[in-house]
Amino acid sequence: MAQPATGLPLSGFSGPDAPAEADLYRCVHCGLCLSSCPTYVETALEMESPRGRIALMKAVNEGRVEISPRIVSHWEACLQCRACEAVCPSGVPYGRIMEHTRAQVKAAGLQSKELRRVSRFFLQTTLTHPWKLRLGAHLIRIYQRLGIQKLLRLSHLLYLLPGGIAKLESNLPPMGRKFFGPSATVHPAQGEKKMTVALLSGCVMPLMQGPTMEATVRVLTRNGCDVVVPKGQGCCGALNAHAGDLFNARKMARTNIDALMAAGVERIVTSSAGCGSTMKEYADLLKDDPEYSAKAARFGEMTQDVTELLVGLPFQAPTATVNRKVTYQDPCHLAHAQRITAAPRTILNSIPGLELVEMENSGLCCGGAGIYSTTQPALSQRLLKRKMDSIDATGTHEIITANPGCMLQVEQGLKARKMPGRVRHVVDILDEAYGLE
Amino acid sequence: MEFKKFLTGLQGIVGEANVVFHHDDLLVFEYDGSVDRGLPYAVVFPASTDEVSRVIALAYGAGVPMVGRGTGTGLSGGAIAPPGAIQIAFPRMNHILEVDTENRLALVEPGVINLNLDTHVRKFGLRYAPDPSSQRACSLGGNIAENAGGPHCLAYGTTTNHVLGMEVVLETGEVVNLGSLARETVGYDLRGVFTGSEGTFGIATKIAVRLLPVPESVRTFLGIFPDVESACTAVSAIIENGIVPAALEMIDALTIQAVQKVSDAGYPDDAGAVLLIELEGLQNEVDEIGAEVEAALWDTGATQVRAAESAEEREQLWAGRKGALGALGSIAPNYFLVDGVVPRTKLAQVLGQVAEVSKKYDIPIANVFHAGDGNLHPCLLFDERQPGALDNIVAAGAEVLRICVDAGGTLTGEHGVGLEKKEQMPLVFSEEDMAAMISVRDAFAPDNALNPGKIFPDGVQHTHSAHPAAPGMTV
Ligand SMILES: Cc1cc2nc3c(=O)[nH]c(=O)nc-3n(C[C@H](O)[C@H](O)[C@H](O)COP(=O)(O)OP(=O)(O)OC[C@H]3O[C@@H](n4cnc5c(N)ncnc54)[C@H](O)[C@@H]3O)c2cc1C
Ligand code: SF4
Ligand code: SF4
Repeated sequence: MAQPATGLPLSGFSGPDAPAEADLYRCVHCGLCLSSCPTYVETALEMESPRGRIALMKAVNEGRVEISPRIVSHWEACLQCRACEAVCPSGVPYGRIMEHTRAQVKAAGLQSKELRRVSRFFLQTTLTHPWKLRLGAHLIRIYQRLGIQKLLRLSHLLYLLPGGIAKLESNLPPMGRKFFGPSATVHPAQGEKKMTVALLSGCVMPLMQGPTMEATVRVLTRNGCDVVVPKGQGCCGALNAHAGDLFNARKMARTNIDALMAAGVERIVTSSAGCGSTMKEYADLLKDDPEYSAKAARFGEMTQDVTELLVGLPFQAPTATVNRKVTYQDPCHLAHAQRITAAPRTILNSIPGLELVEMENSGLCCGGAGIYSTTQPALSQRLLKRKMDSIDATGTHEIITANPGCMLQVEQGLKARKMPGRVRHVVDILDEAYGLE
Repeated sequence: MEFKKFLTGLQGIVGEANVVFHHDDLLVFEYDGSVDRGLPYAVVFPASTDEVSRVIALAYGAGVPMVGRGTGTGLSGGAIAPPGAIQIAFPRMNHILEVDTENRLALVEPGVINLNLDTHVRKFGLRYAPDPSSQRACSLGGNIAENAGGPHCLAYGTTTNHVLGMEVVLETGEVVNLGSLARETVGYDLRGVFTGSEGTFGIATKIAVRLLPVPESVRTFLGIFPDVESACTAVSAIIENGIVPAALEMIDALTIQAVQKVSDAGYPDDAGAVLLIELEGLQNEVDEIGAEVEAALWDTGATQVRAAESAEEREQLWAGRKGALGALGSIAPNYFLVDGVVPRTKLAQVLGQVAEVSKKYDIPIANVFHAGDGNLHPCLLFDERQPGALDNIVAAGAEVLRICVDAGGTLTGEHGVGLEKKEQMPLVFSEEDMAAMISVRDAFAPDNALNPGKIFPDGVQHTHSAHPAAPGMTV
């Protein structure tokens, strides 16, 4: 017979940042998400599936099992790519419950050694202070010029970079020649002005992909936007939130809300899919903050991915021809978290002469996933291999995407395989086409 | 100690990594798509028929009961481990072994996902017709065990109409072949008997299925009705006209609200009921019958009739239907789905009676079902964490089943009896009927070592429980 539920449920989760029961019990264990989950596809293990991970959360929530290192290992093997969330017929807000679960694990002191290390040296100390990051990047640039390996080894600077680089020193991607960054400058719209937008500079992207940031500014001004990159802004806090460091994520969110919602700004824009996804969800993060909750909601409404903004403007189709074949990799936080798959393709298809060859399973995570490649190198590499196979099968040598993490990961994949090719952002190729006019 | 030796034996057969036995890991194998639960002793992932056979022989020798597990989407508790049982699951046996385009058949391993097979053979202009709403997730092994249906089974028949033969491991570990790749079998149709045996006769390790050519033309209609009664009249009108649509599905108001809450499937939020009708065939045939269908919809009180204009729109309409059960999670944490079948002409009457049960027990009931073949799916919505909720649901569910049976129908259309409906079997079958069924099972599995405790009433009502205490496994 059915056992009656025992009065108050014992709860293994506690505090204000426990995953909400309303979210957890929305999962009806139908299994429709399984085939979309990269870790399930790769391992074929229910423990490494969305349904399995949620079942473990429910079991902990019900006090049927304690949070154990084994359970944590299944949660930490999750990429937080949110492919499951995008296909879930029940609308389970998986990203949110996993962030809260991670926060519970962190509070209980049960994070894996790897994650704790990255948290200590990177998430909590460096990302929260943009100057440290910049200093680190400068040092790495010097290192790359001079080969001062010792300097690097002595410090924990390798943790400044995602992409499993700590383990692959020789594969360290070259730092940009020029760093991008916030300034007091207003980049004026060309032609008739349509709106003023504030651009998120971000953390790693301006340092490693400065040229993409500049391209972002150029395509926006070209399409009638005054672009400001206000000072005082910092990292969006996505990596902290994903790792369950909600304290710092909230601090970073407040900083950015203050810096970016300056007077006269109509939209907040980013060319990093991962950042955009988190910024659109600041309201969730700050829902219990009386001073910021309303502002955060407004901030979320104002935020757009650069491809989304361009298509909405609408942007001018370039007239010059770019006679090349490219393939497009859907960044998880654009395709699944923000459900944007058409806008980047619309832009690519607008470029005369450019042929878009779709790869198989474009929306299956490449294994980059923020710090995942550092904390879960084995699974990350298996997913990268799968991704590189799909890219290889397209026969193209130019991979377009829309997120810095994906760019670094796929670049690393090309290098490891000694495959010819290059990885670029949607705005890079749009900017190139404009430049040819 | 004994158990440890047994485990080592299993690991010796399939490799250490392919046996799950840690309590925390087993927690994700205690459920399927139903409300039932049961923690297996261990889960084994074999890679070949030979490994399956050796695993089964070992367990049989040790007196350990066994149950096959597909992907755990079943809705009757079929894959739930009976007490002390091991689960044998097939994620590693997921290969499409052969597609014979000339003879239109495919040979697959049991772990192949239904939709993956269909997608694969479409490259050759062929399709695998049975399309359960769970097709993105469910396995062919689970499909044959439950004789799964799907929206398109109205025109093409359920799984049994598409299975030609299978290789099966019996409870002793012996490997046998049932059916053949030829269309007609000589002698008893054992393949037919095996299909729908809910994992109690044997474990299928290879399955040969029939493929059909992709139709030339497909047209999908959405009929919007003010209430369920008028939608039921439309169903009868269409069928009485001699039209056999490829699919004819109904979705009621509560389900529409749930679906639309999650994502826009193109159904009006305030509709009383919608019908989703699909026609397939030659272009001119579809055009002609399409006009008749539209007329029938208007005649029976449709407030709006839409034909999908593009492949995307068709996808969208179907996504709403196929995601409907999951979407119920947006209004209640649990649903108990009753899979009763009734004569099509009694649809409206039975749905009215179901609504009364809903009132009587104060349980919201959502309906989304295969209207064309009278296969109802009333979903009783509840929250398992509420004390007593489950008992209330089970009682109401039994009453709904009785209504179906009284109307001349039966217990299950496509989800199987499993744990969920076994106590209701006497509603339709006499002692002698059930004894006859058991003697058929005995011909395959005289020791009842495969999936024991399912299908037949044994007084143990349900093993499911909202919050069972985690049994202390001593490993
Ligand atoms: C959202 C949703 C929608 C659904 N829609 C439909 C629908 O439209 N039509 C329909 O018919 N069903 C439907 N179902 C029910 C379910 O998907 C089917 O019963 C399906 O066939 C189960 O397949 P599975 O792989 O999940 O099997 P499981 O649930 O894992 O197992 C089901 C049974 O199969 C047995 N089994 C598994 N593999 C083998 C094997 N190799 N050999 C022997 N026995 C084996 C198991 O022991 C068990 O008894 C739905 C379920 C959900 C959650
Ligand atoms: S997360 Fe969604 S799709 Fe996955 S099992 Fe739960 S309800 Fe189904
Ligand atoms: S977020 Fe990605 S990796 Fe994690 S469970 Fe969902 S689909 Fe799988």
